[in-house]
Amino acid sequence: MTDATSSQVPAATPAPARSSLLTQSALMKKRNAAEARFKAYGVAAICVSLSVLAIMLWTIFSDGVSAFKQASLTFPVTLDADALDPKGNRDRAEMMRVTTIGYTKLLNAQLLAHLETRGISTEGVTDKDVAAFISRDTPARLRDMVLESPELLGQTITVSGFATGRIDGYLKGRVTRDTAALDTNISVAQLDLADRMQDEGILTTKFNWGFLTNPDASDQRPEAAGLGVALIGSAYMMALVVVMVLPLGVAASIYLEEFAPRNRWTDLIEVNISNLAAVPSIVYGILGLAIFINFAKFPQSSPLVGALVLTLMTLPTIIIATRAAIRAVPPSIRDAALGVGASKMQTVFHHVLPLAAPGILTGTILGLASALGETAPLLLIGMVAFVANYPAGPLDGGVLDPATALPVQVYSWASRSDPAFIERSAGAIIVLLAFLVTMNIIAIILRRRFERRW
Amino acid sequence: MYDAPNLETRVTQTNTKITARGVQVFYGEKQALQDVDVDILDNTVTAFIGPSGCGKSTFLRCLNRMNDTISNARVEGEILLDGENIYDKRVDPVQLRAKVGMVFQKPNPFPKSIYDNVAYGPKIHGLTRSKAELDEIVESSLRKAALWKEVKDRLGEPGTGLSGGQQQRLCIARAVATAPEVLLMDEPCSALDPIATAQVEELIDELRASFSVVIVTHSMQQAARVSQKTAFFHLGNLVEYGDTSHIFTNPSDPRTESYITGRIG
Ligand SMILES: Nc1ncnc2c1ncn2[C@@H]1O[C@H](COP(=O)(O)OP(=O)(O)OP(=O)(O)O)[C@@H](O)[C@H]1O
Ligand SMILES: [Mg+2]
Repeated sequence: MTDATSSQVPAATPAPARSSLLTQSALMKKRNAAEARFKAYGVAAICVSLSVLAIMLWTIFSDGVSAFKQASLTFPVTLDADALDPKGNRDRAEMMRVTTIGYTKLLNAQLLAHLETRGISTEGVTDKDVAAFISRDTPARLRDMVLESPELLGQTITVSGFATGRIDGYLKGRVTRDTAALDTNISVAQLDLADRMQDEGILTTKFNWGFLTNPDASDQRPEAAGLGVALIGSAYMMALVVVMVLPLGVAASIYLEEFAPRNRWTDLIEVNISNLAAVPSIVYGILGLAIFINFAKFPQSSPLVGALVLTLMTLPTIIIATRAAIRAVPPSIRDAALGVGASKMQTVFHHVLPLAAPGILTGTILGLASALGETAPLLLIGMVAFVANYPAGPLDGGVLDPATALPVQVYSWASRSDPAFIERSAGAIIVLLAFLVTMNIIAIILRRRFERRW
Repeated sequence: MYDAPNLETRVTQTNTKITARGVQVFYGEKQALQDVDVDILDNTVTAFIGPSGCGKSTFLRCLNRMNDTISNARVEGEILLDGENIYDKRVDPVQLRAKVGMVFQKPNPFPKSIYDNVAYGPKIHGLTRSKAELDEIVESSLRKAALWKEVKDRLGEPGTGLSGGQQQRLCIARAVATAPEVLLMDEPCSALDPIATAQVEELIDELRASFSVVIVTHSMQQAARVSQKTAFFHLGNLVEYGDTSHIFTNPSDPRTESYITGRIG
């Protein structure tokens, strides 16, 4: 730009005829054209990225939103005391002997009976086909409920449980009559029955809180799989990462920026920090496996180990961001503080840190966001395991219990064969995105609050 | 050519506040100051003049050890404040800076309220025991800096929201609030308009009653107006030091003469 301006000056000055300002010179036209072209490139680049983003969001949402809804069967069940408590003494140990199979039989029979009383024809489908409507999750839940409160025995209660994945898929449009014809797990006649049951209000779709609260479920019952354990695992890890990475990162940055002498050692540290920020995250996973699990013998798959690995991984990023924020504080502020006789510590804590806080916060939240979405290192420390039990509360050593994390759950669901898990995978991505957006909003709010003029 | 120093700015006090002997400053390998010997008097305004890059700021920053904050700066020689060497190992520069305040070339108020700007020094040095005392110090400091009238109704507003001249006076108030014995000012008026400059100059003259003031300036008129003693630096040497009236009317070194008549610089 400057070159163009200076080359125009000699052209304009010795010009024989006085050039009019109302007509553009050839050079000016060229420069304006270049500018217009550059703007067009920029707009095009933004359009491309926006449309890619839009496509991505659209696919995720169109696949994933349905994970938040779930087909469920609602019908009355008479809890037959003879079948569920053969000894009749309401003794928990005795009742435990009736396995879920006993409950499955009961539910199957009761569903058939209910269809009959409602006058819904089961033409063309066997009793087994009707039984296949009920998720394996339902008998297990019913059993837990009865064991918990044996006084229910003999009563008639309304049971509302998940329908199986194929029926759920049919209600959501994932399964059609065409695909059912090719599928050994479901028949067209079953779909017809599903239509009739839906008309009668036995089969309905509801918002599925279980998707957010349930633990993961086995391959046979995708309908019961939820993000509960992954959410707790991610929450534990994020909390631990914040608690570890902020003090470490800020202390290291302050020391390096404000106190450390400039010598070969600090140069070496500086180079290493930049390099560490560029190390692929899976390397941190191997490191975590070697140090925290094999050497320090921390429990595998535990949020504590995950958090330690993620802390190591985000530390360089946070140190770099924090140092940049500290360096951006005008030196005149430091001079001013030192000039009135503040000590180095006072200068840093009263003046430099408050001014650097917005930058530090932004860096930290960005680091946390990348840690939240990190999968590879967690795979190596065993957080991809199938975990069906919730970890304990944070004060009961829950950080040492096995857990998974949101991105790992996305990964493991995406690699299962049943298409119902793909839907859940997309749903989990939505939850992950919601978390990231929330974190960014918090970052923006905090930044606004801390930001000051100087 | 310049205002002749009037009678009332004649040197009246003669006890020495700061004694510098053989001060040398190096930035890395480069020597910025050579063998500076100077006696700065109490209750006196001393002006440092000289062409750009001659080491005025460097020497000024030696007097409150602000050079310590520059990693590659090294100071040799001896600087005594009331007979005590400020470069002695036992001296804590933080404590020294409470006694030797500084006002910088560019106004640099803290991004805090006007009140907090002035109150900060007294607070960290524990000069007050109550809020009332602190209020009093803030008010008197702002009065001394001729800023009280303009800001008394908005002490809670940010100091950075003031005009450049007001900011500089706020910085002066901030320096004054810690009750220093020496006040160092590095081109305090370079960012100010003539009216604000006049106010600051008046202020400097008043401050002389309580402290020893050292001011770096590029304006001969200013040096002549406010100071009683003048030191002329050139290429890292203290060329000439003496009564302002003497330096401006009858310089003994030809370099001084050519500088004040505008031939070098
Ligand atoms: N931080 C530094 N590192 C290296 N050299 C420096 C540093 N500060 C100053 N110098 C050098 O020391 C010499 C004296 O600088 P100084 O700032 O004291 O000059 P000055 O007289 O205040 O000039 P001016 O009137 O322009 O402010 C200059 O040659 C300058 O380049
Ligand atoms: Mg200077």
